Amino acid sequence: MTDVPTHSPRAIPDRLDTRLSRGLRSWEALLFAVAIAIFVANAFASPYFLDPWNLSDATFNFTEKAIIAIAMAFLVIAGEIDLSVAAIIALASTAMGAAVQFGIGTPGLVAVGLAVGLLCGAFNGLLVCRFGLPSIVVTIGTMSLFRGISFVVLGDQVYKGYPADFAFFGQGYVGWVISFEFVAFLIVALVGGIVLHRTTFGRKVYAIGNNPLAATFSGVRVERVKFILFLMTGLASGIAAVMLTSRLGSTRPSIALGWELEVVTMVVLGGVNILGGSGTILGVVIAAFVMGLVTFGLGLLNVPGVIMSIFIGLMLIGVIAIPILAGRVARHRRSA
Amino acid sequence: MISALLARREALLVVAMAILLVAITRRFPAFATPANLANVFNDTSILIILALGQTAVILTRSIDLSVAANLAFTGMVVAMLNDTHPDLPLALLIGLSMLIGLVLGAINGILVWKLDIPPIVVTLGTLTIYRGMAFVISGGEWVNAHEMTRPFLDTPRQLVLGLPVLTWIAVAVILGAWVIFTRTAVGRAFYATGGNPVASVYAGIDVGRTRFMAFCLSGLVAGACGYLWVARYAVAYVDIAGGFELDVVAACVIGGVSIAGGIGSVGGAVLGALFLGLIKNALPVIGVSPFWQMAISGAIIIAAVFINARAERRKGRIILRQVGAPA
Repeated sequence: MTDVPTHSPRAIPDRLDTRLSRGLRSWEALLFAVAIAIFVANAFASPYFLDPWNLSDATFNFTEKAIIAIAMAFLVIAGEIDLSVAAIIALASTAMGAAVQFGIGTPGLVAVGLAVGLLCGAFNGLLVCRFGLPSIVVTIGTMSLFRGISFVVLGDQVYKGYPADFAFFGQGYVGWVISFEFVAFLIVALVGGIVLHRTTFGRKVYAIGNNPLAATFSGVRVERVKFILFLMTGLASGIAAVMLTSRLGSTRPSIALGWELEVVTMVVLGGVNILGGSGTILGVVIAAFVMGLVTFGLGLLNVPGVIMSIFIGLMLIGVIAIPILAGRVARHRRSA
Repeated sequence: MISALLARREALLVVAMAILLVAITRRFPAFATPANLANVFNDTSILIILALGQTAVILTRSIDLSVAANLAFTGMVVAMLNDTHPDLPLALLIGLSMLIGLVLGAINGILVWKLDIPPIVVTLGTLTIYRGMAFVISGGEWVNAHEMTRPFLDTPRQLVLGLPVLTWIAVAVILGAWVIFTRTAVGRAFYATGGNPVASVYAGIDVGRTRFMAFCLSGLVAGACGYLWVARYAVAYVDIAGGFELDVVAACVIGGVSIAGGIGSVGGAVLGALFLGLIKNALPVIGVSPFWQMAISGAIIIAAVFINARAERRKGRIILRQVGAPA
């Protein structure tokens, strides 16, 4: 998976692209066009789609996953991956459920959820950064471990009885149709975008993803940065756990099952190179909207969830394959 | 002594399993009887077969997460055919399951080979697509035991020389994998591709084609396991073997197959699968709730990765890195 990239000799262009034309041909512009197309298609397909409340409902579909996807984007750009995010949600949610049994109030519950997320992220980070283990297998292991602990605690039982004001995080509205979840997502996206694209920390993340050895020689503390990224992903999973638990009002060990695949799909769909080194937060945010709109639109048309997952799978492969094929055709035509 | 054991993964696993067996038999003597151990092996057969296919893929520095979905789709197709056309010969259905599995594996392989899409992305995508296809063809319906014919269900458990056919199939696959991995050019190419893709190209090995072959192999055995799974558990539905791809990868990792490619053996993968199978079968015997199984296998995977990394690091240290050598 960590393939040696084959560098093509760099050609010097006759003319530099203007900022606008480069922007128009970017991955984000393509994704944005796709998002608009799906939005319009949805509006035509279902008369209920354009209702503001309906659109607000549509956001619940993806905000929790998208918050994790933004943190995951950092990790993937740095050349690592975390497949245990959904399992972290399960463990954090279980911990919150257990905390309820001890009569802990809403602020305490949120603290427990976020703390468990951070701890799980620290555990992943420790294994990957301190011991130099490959993140893909480590997080396959911790994925079983975290959810396994959840199963050990809960078995076939369920935690309920969350306090009434705890429901705000998953069901509350900040104003009119704008939900708390959606606002939280926008804030995380904004902060993520600024950190990745406007700070030295973000620059280091790209440097590590492109060439960890060169980054080390440039004075970047590679392992420490990666550790922070695992913490961030753990924290994001903790936030998602608070929201999802609050929205569902109950905890089962099978909560958020399979979400890791959807989160990774969102990241890759957003134009982040799975091998590391490139990608933008804007792309991931638009990808989140695309996936949310597709699943919600299909849901309005009564398409079952499994079929939606086929669409997601096809989208994942399609969005990567089509530019490669198109580029190949274009090159073929130019050389002919 | 310890370091020698760590270096030979097979020996380490055998010792670990022996300790486990001794500990269990002290309280439950019936567990270590040959008959029960044969049962454990039979119960683990499908995992062993899939782990060997996965080993080929991981050796080439790839990963195939779509095997369980491939199994579910293929199993559903043959179960439905058996339901609607009970007169179709079993050999045809088994051949068909292998063919479908091969085609699904080849699709993964083509995407990896011809489009250079990272294997993890390809198989994450096809994982959802293949399982979705199982839903599409079945409409979410189950195929239950009474809808399938007796020979379809009974063949894997037929006793031959005292052991079920399923066990013999696993033994045959182990032998076949051993021959392919150690005695053929393509097996050598699997190791070379994962060990050093750049050097492999210079040695005249088509890296992409080798990966394609590995995915075909993995798909082929996954398809065959589709039939075996449905026949063994006598039911076919969309979610059969859900998440089983992780058990398969875990078996390989426990068996010392390096996720970075190029390192691994048939014996290691088989013992890794048996280790998981032993634990799965031992838990109910020693009275531990089956809910513990997931957490335990997670902990074992992490321990195995840890030991793998140690063993690989001990191979030697690069003193002077060559200019342009990959990090």
